[in-house]
Order: sequence, then structure tokens, then C-alpha cells
Amino acid sequence: MTQHPTAARAFWKGYLDCAPFILIVVPYSMLFGVVARDAGLDLVQTMTMTVVVIAGASQFTAVALLQDQAPVFIALLAALVVNLRMAMYSAALVPYVGHARFSTRALMAYLMVDQAFAVAVRTYEDHPDMPPAHRVAYYFGCMALICPFWYGCTFLGAVIGEAIPASLSLDFAVPVCFIALTAPLLRSAPHIFAAFIAASMALLFAWLPWSVGLIVAALSGLVAGAQAELFLRRRSARGAA
Amino acid sequence: MIDTADFWLVTVLLGIGTFVIRFSFLGILGGRSLPDWAQLHLKYVGVSVFPALVAPLVMWPEATGGAIDPVRIIAALAAFLIGLRFGVIWSIFAGMGTLYALQFFLPGP
Repeated sequence: MTQHPTAARAFWKGYLDCAPFILIVVPYSMLFGVVARDAGLDLVQTMTMTVVVIAGASQFTAVALLQDQAPVFIALLAALVVNLRMAMYSAALVPYVGHARFSTRALMAYLMVDQAFAVAVRTYEDHPDMPPAHRVAYYFGCMALICPFWYGCTFLGAVIGEAIPASLSLDFAVPVCFIALTAPLLRSAPHIFAAFIAASMALLFAWLPWSVGLIVAALSGLVAGAQAELFLRRRSARGAA
Repeated sequence: MIDTADFWLVTVLLGIGTFVIRFSFLGILGGRSLPDWAQLHLKYVGVSVFPALVAPLVMWPEATGGAIDPVRIIAALAAFLIGLRFGVIWSIFAGMGTLYALQFFLPGP
């Protein structure tokens, strides 16, 4: 316990441990502000979405699809699928902070963002002796740094976005952003296969109405990745036998 | 332009849905774990949804009226290759930087 004498100390440790992610959060959230305004949302709409959802990738997804005149149902479904990964985060946090009060856990759920989650869980794994109350404090420390930047820089982006001329081709910032998010995820052959199948199917089925092609492509990618992984597992099991 | 009613509907439902996903195990399901098949497929959510969104946007950009624009395809490749090696932020810089550089040197559509 000597490493974390007080909960306040744990809070500030979380705060500092997440500091490097400001470099990612600042441009990413500003970009959302700019793109949202570019898509025709007003300042109130942009900020409401950011505060209500706080999940960048799904916000970009929803805005891109709505701008593309996709039906509400498709935009919503695609954005929710993007966020499904957070069910895994939620499950991963239970052993560490599942003891907290219901309202505390609700607040933790609302504030759950990728980078801070990753930092928190790594710290919990590295310090198995961390007292439960300190784990909660540490978690809020992580989020206390990320969230104000997320809101503030979205606002900044939304305000200065007005002044950015069309010649800057900001429409292209959306695909570039998604590419930037995808590339580091391609960690194994099944991941690469999933991405390849999803992209190919999206081009092949782009003619389907109401952006149904996106859903078909995304589901094909999921299944392709999972099947590729199972195939490799079976093959290595045979190799071992 | 985005229809106002559509926007609010998506934002409210997405907010609720996202919260339910985040709160699922932490708040409601407790220590129960996801079934194996779900974990297996969830791993591939990001690498499926993002490429599916991106591919048509790069291939047939709205800004060119859906015409294939080699500049955008090259810029997308640059973002991808840099992203594989150096991560998110450099990938964005590489993608937009390549786009601007090529647009500057080549009189585009």
C-alpha cells in the first residue's frame, strides 16, 4: 500500500498517467468540432452530441452517415456497432471497480473512453495490491484529464471551423481519421483479413440503398476475422498434436 | 445538410445506447462474462466498421461528385502506411499533408 498512501494521490497519479493522450485528444476532438460544423450542425447540436455521447469514433460515424443522407436507423446502428467494443471494457473493469456504489459506477460508465480505459486497466494489472478505493480514484483521475479536453477542444473546433475555407478539403478529414484509427489495430493476420474483407464488401455493395452496404460489409468483416482466427487456432492445434 | 429531427433522434438514441453498452457489465450484468463467440467477434469490430466506412468515401468522394480522385487515394494510402508504423496522430498528419501537397502541385479536379 505504500505506493498509494491516499486516494487523492491515486487520483493525481491517474491524471498524470493520462497526460500523453492529450496529444491525441486535442486534435481529434477539434476535428470533430470542425467536421460537425462542416456537415451543417450548429454549435448547440455539436456540443450536445459531444457531451451526450462522448465517443469520438461513433460521433464521426453518425455525422458522416447522416450527411450522406443515410436513414436514421442505419446511422444509429452503425454508430452503436462502433461502440460495442466498450462492452468489453465494461466487463474488464468489473473485477477492479465493481465494488463501487451504483451511482459511482454509472458515472464511471458515462466517462469510459478508450485511452483512459487502457491506462487504468494496465495500472490495475501492474499493481494488484492497489486498494479498491484508490482504483476508483485513479479511474476518475484519468477521466478528469481527458474529458475537459474532449469537450473544450470540440467547442474550439466548432467555433474556428466556421473560418476554415472549403479549399482545405476537410471532407477528407473524416476518412483519414478512420484510417488513422484502423491502422494501429491491424495487429494480426485475422485483423488484416477482416479489414480487407470489410473494405472490399463495402465497395462491392455500395450500390445498395440506405447505406445497407455498410452494415453488410461490417458484418462480413467481423465474421471473416473471427473465422480466420478460428482457422489459425485449429491449424496450430493440429501442428502441435 | 443534416435534417434537424434526424440529428436529435440519432443523438439521443446514440447517447442512451452508448451508455447502456458502457454500463452493461459494470452496472447491470456484474461479474458475468461475455460468451466466447461474442468476445471473438467483438475483437474485429474496429477493423471491420472503419474500413467499411472509409473505402467508399475514399473511392467516390462527395467533394468530387463521386468521381475517382487519384490524389485522395494516394493520400489515403499515405495515412494508412504511416498509421501502421507511427500511430493515430502521425497518420492524420500524413493523410492531410499528402492531400494538400498533391493538390498544391497537381492542378486537381
